[in-house]
Amino acid sequence: MSQSKFVLLNNADNVLICCQPTNLGETVDIDEQQYSLPTDIDVGHKISRENLIAGQKIIRYGVPIGSATSNIVIGEHIHLHNMKSDYLPSHTRQSITGE
Amino acid sequence: MKAFLRADGRKGIRNTVVIAYLVECAHHVAKSIVNKIDHDDVQLIGFPGCYPNDYSLQMMEKLCTHPNVGGVVIVSLGCEGFNREKLSQTIIDSGRPVETLIIQKCGGTKSTIDLGLDKASTILASITDVERVELLTADLVIGTICGGSDGTSGISANPAVGVCFDILLKEDATCIFEETGELIGCEHIMANRAESPELGQALITCVEKAEKYYTKMGYGSFAPGNAEGGLTTQEEKSMGAYAKSGSSEINGIIKPGDVPQKKGLYLMDVIPDGEPKFGFPNISDNAEIVEMIASGALMILFTTGRGSVVGSAISPVIKICANPETYQNLSEDMDVNAGSIIEGNSTIKDVGKDIFQQVLDIASGAKSKSEALGHKEFILTYKTFETTGTSKSNDAIGPSCLR
Repeated sequence: MSQSKFVLLNNADNVLICCQPTNLGETVDIDEQQYSLPTDIDVGHKISRENLIAGQKIIRYGVPIGSATSNIVIGEHIHLHNMKSDYLPSHTRQSITGE
Repeated sequence: MKAFLRADGRKGIRNTVVIAYLVECAHHVAKSIVNKIDHDDVQLIGFPGCYPNDYSLQMMEKLCTHPNVGGVVIVSLGCEGFNREKLSQTIIDSGRPVETLIIQKCGGTKSTIDLGLDKASTILASITDVERVELLTADLVIGTICGGSDGTSGISANPAVGVCFDILLKEDATCIFEETGELIGCEHIMANRAESPELGQALITCVEKAEKYYTKMGYGSFAPGNAEGGLTTQEEKSMGAYAKSGSSEINGIIKPGDVPQKKGLYLMDVIPDGEPKFGFPNISDNAEIVEMIASGALMILFTTGRGSVVGSAISPVIKICANPETYQNLSEDMDVNAGSIIEGNSTIKDVGKDIFQQVLDIASGAKSKSEALGHKEFILTYKTFETTGTSKSNDAIGPSCLR
């Protein structure tokens, strides 16, 4: 049921995009396997489609959108805490990350 | 569709009188004239700085002679550096009525406001009989921008605008996309769509310039709200933003104020040339909107995920909301709900066609949400370009325009 809450944009992608708010513990289908979400995920955010190692490129739209900064397990939220730009650092109200 | 025909042959979809202040010191007087007239077609534009700047002069010349503008009242303090004589002459040469009020010579604030009310009312009345002619889709010049992007923008509203752009271009309209700083990471993919290898190389160079510029500034074109909405990196935001350009061939590069001399799809290079001089290239979304309007955009397609509410002076802004939650929250400001794509209730193609229909409706005189709500934001700042506002066919505004 929760499969439809995430969308795969390109077959080459290693992330899925959230289309409906999902909660910690909710079951999500990733490539026909079921996983329990380790955190809440908001609309527009990404989760990992596979286990990734630090330094590995994050692929969305079929192209790299940055690199993992730590190992990431399948189903995990991918964001500023475990990924950085290969171009320019991103900034939030509190800090600059990914430098 | 009917348009307002201007002396240079260009066609406008609105018939406005702009009240233009030439330094912050004249802002209150100009704003008071606009507020007292309280008419949708009398709008405020202006430039705050006292130091002269070629870019801002040329931008004001382009804006005051935009097809949606029928006449101008210039409000000067008197001692500022802005070349009001040249601005006025350019407007006269375009066949539009113009009046210049100099506060220091008019007796002060109240006297200038009273005089301005009189002049603006006279000009407004005098342009009501501007010749109306048939407006074709091929006459349209449409710009696009994204503001307050989030993780949904790149998969709903932006590709839907891309579909609309593809329809417009097929019907021989002119389309402009912009913000090279938000194309960092997709320059090579974009280059493959250039109509010639030379243009492809120029597109890459343009984005490299943006990357260098933003690296020096210390921040990319990436706001905290982008991250809250799920976007993690500049290149992720870029790929989403890039989708607004659709899939048509790219025909040239323009700089702010350059009016495309042939039809097609143009990238606007908004990053100043040379070393950073005056700060961030575009301090907020409206700066980019004004630049596309200066290049002749009759209307702006504005996609938003987090939820922008802005409009613009001179040209209507159509708001396309990417995120279904944002649409629920801010529906009173949104013209199109592209969030329905995220919910699985419509397709990118359907929404693209809806946007195209809205473009035709608003070109025909219907008001966009931001227009009806009175949004007429305007911001113009200092910049420097090697070839600002050069629209002559022999000037270099991208290899494809050399012909």
